[in-house]
Amino acid sequence: MSIELKPVAHADVKAKKDAAELEEWFYTDIVKDHFFNPRNIFKTQAEVDGYRPDGVGMVGSPACGDMMKMWIKVDKATDQLIECKWQTFGCGSAIASTSMLSVMLTENGGMPVEKALQLKPQDIVKRLVDLPARKFHCSVLGDKALRAAINDYFRKSGQDARVVVEGAKVIDKILKITDKDIEEAVLEGAVTLEDVQKKTKVGAQDKSCIPEVEQLIRFYREKYFGGKQ
Amino acid sequence: MKEIYLDHAATTHVDPRVKAVMDKYWTEEFGNPGSFHTAGLRALRALNAARASVARVLNCIPEEVIFTGSGTESINTAIKGVFRANKAKGKHIITSTVEHHAVLETCEYLEKHEGAEITYLPVDRYGQVKPETLEKAIRPDTILISIMYANNEVGTINHIAALAAVAKKHRVLFHTDACQAGGVLDIDVKKLGIDLLSINGSKIYAPKGVGILYVRRGVPIHPLIHGGGQEFRMRSGTENVPCIIGFATALELAHQEREAENARLTVLRDTLIKGVLSTVPKTFLNGHPTERLPNNVNISFMDIEGEALLLYMNEHGVCASTGSACTSKSLDPSHVILALGLPYEASHGSIRFTLGKNTTEAGIGKVIEVLPDIVQKLRHLSPVNLKMEDVLPQEKVQEIKTFQGAP
Repeated sequence: MSIELKPVAHADVKAKKDAAELEEWFYTDIVKDHFFNPRNIFKTQAEVDGYRPDGVGMVGSPACGDMMKMWIKVDKATDQLIECKWQTFGCGSAIASTSMLSVMLTENGGMPVEKALQLKPQDIVKRLVDLPARKFHCSVLGDKALRAAINDYFRKSGQDARVVVEGAKVIDKILKITDKDIEEAVLEGAVTLEDVQKKTKVGAQDKSCIPEVEQLIRFYREKYFGGKQ
Repeated sequence: MKEIYLDHAATTHVDPRVKAVMDKYWTEEFGNPGSFHTAGLRALRALNAARASVARVLNCIPEEVIFTGSGTESINTAIKGVFRANKAKGKHIITSTVEHHAVLETCEYLEKHEGAEITYLPVDRYGQVKPETLEKAIRPDTILISIMYANNEVGTINHIAALAAVAKKHRVLFHTDACQAGGVLDIDVKKLGIDLLSINGSKIYAPKGVGILYVRRGVPIHPLIHGGGQEFRMRSGTENVPCIIGFATALELAHQEREAENARLTVLRDTLIKGVLSTVPKTFLNGHPTERLPNNVNISFMDIEGEALLLYMNEHGVCASTGSACTSKSLDPSHVILALGLPYEASHGSIRFTLGKNTTEAGIGKVIEVLPDIVQKLRHLSPVNLKMEDVLPQEKVQEIKTFQGAP
């Protein structure tokens, strides 16, 4: 006789959080497909050099472990994205997310620029069906690179009024830590104030900002993870 | 597809000979060594024989060998146990920046909750702690020094005897985490001159869930686990007899066979290093070129990220790792690679291959064959194109050039 051990579904929140730590790292078929067969990429270096985009955006750096570059072409008459090329330095989910984003932007005749500006990381994750929670932040650079490319297009095509400026608000006045830093920490998996402090040192000296930090953590947890712990 | 397992530093399979020796202790000889009947006595005798066998390899007396549940438990017992038993003397502990998390997290815990003061010694660009660096860090209130024998990520071997001699000179207790050295390097505790040593079973072809802590007689130490007083009151709880027997058998076998196996692995290791560095541009070796474990290869690939490379290799049946198994799920670059002085830009693409008993020349050949195409494909997807001489420290660049000039 042989018996097989099966995982059980957890009922309470604490158990769910513990279960997330045991989460399998293996990617879903869609993620793997985009990772191993990335779409909308340049085939050769000559193709990169010869490409004439309407806008280019680049975010991240090799030092932080994630970097993304995006090239876009826009149909000016319809204000729709018609082409999107990309390069990504990062893990499997970062590569798969960018590939999926490029498909979303160009499918069905192309996405209107205004709609593309509204894209959120979770829209990409939704299309990838299921990205491991700890990998969620890897999909965030994609939409940032895209907005940078669109802004570049706005500037190059004389539509400066349309440029979207992403501002950051300083929360910790001494260490100059912004809401963006806290957002980043939450996306990297921080759940509690202590987690965020471990990553950012926020409130180490400027204790007065802690209530606001806690509020921001709740806000970003809600925004990206639907409030589920 | 045949799997090429190159992650032996994470864990090894159980040697079939070890498993055969263990077998009857699960179902037939299942007695509790503490019981007052013949079934218990038989288990006690088997346990004593296992302890004597480990003591022979370590060149110590059996009473100095404590069986534990893992290397991590041994390390926790050594550091917390010595700290708690000696805190009236002082609260200062010295360790190094490249230790395993079992050491670093334990020290951090003592610092945060029990008032310990920790000095983390820097290492040189190969990952070695210099005896003079250690000597300078010793204070009158230093009670323990814990330095790893061989590094789990980059394979660099420390000169433990020289480091332990410094500790002895200043009458400070010395512990070494020998989890990567057990079964491979000389672990004669007298020759090394150490007070405490930790080894685990899951890296020496023994089962997981068993380890040992050597504690020299007379070392003041407290147990972590209290209860029935097993293991000379140092580790209460019914002894895990089958795994302890497996551990002792595996260690015995490893030390009988280590010379031949080390020689075999060293050849394969160097084939892999030369093969990759000569066929894949913009790559370099991390750790010491010669004073490294015979089974460890750690190579950095510029412009690409380690996890992506790992996934592609996995598709070709090659199991390797980025840093230690514990960190492959996190995104921060390895603390070991950073401690060697590599900049962040060059620290995200390091891959560790660790060879073992079932590693063959053909397997190594396969890795060398598939890697260039995988790396090229990922580099093509990457917007990063760094020059090694721009980002790496000057001496590292020189080392790479020297290697390229070598035949």
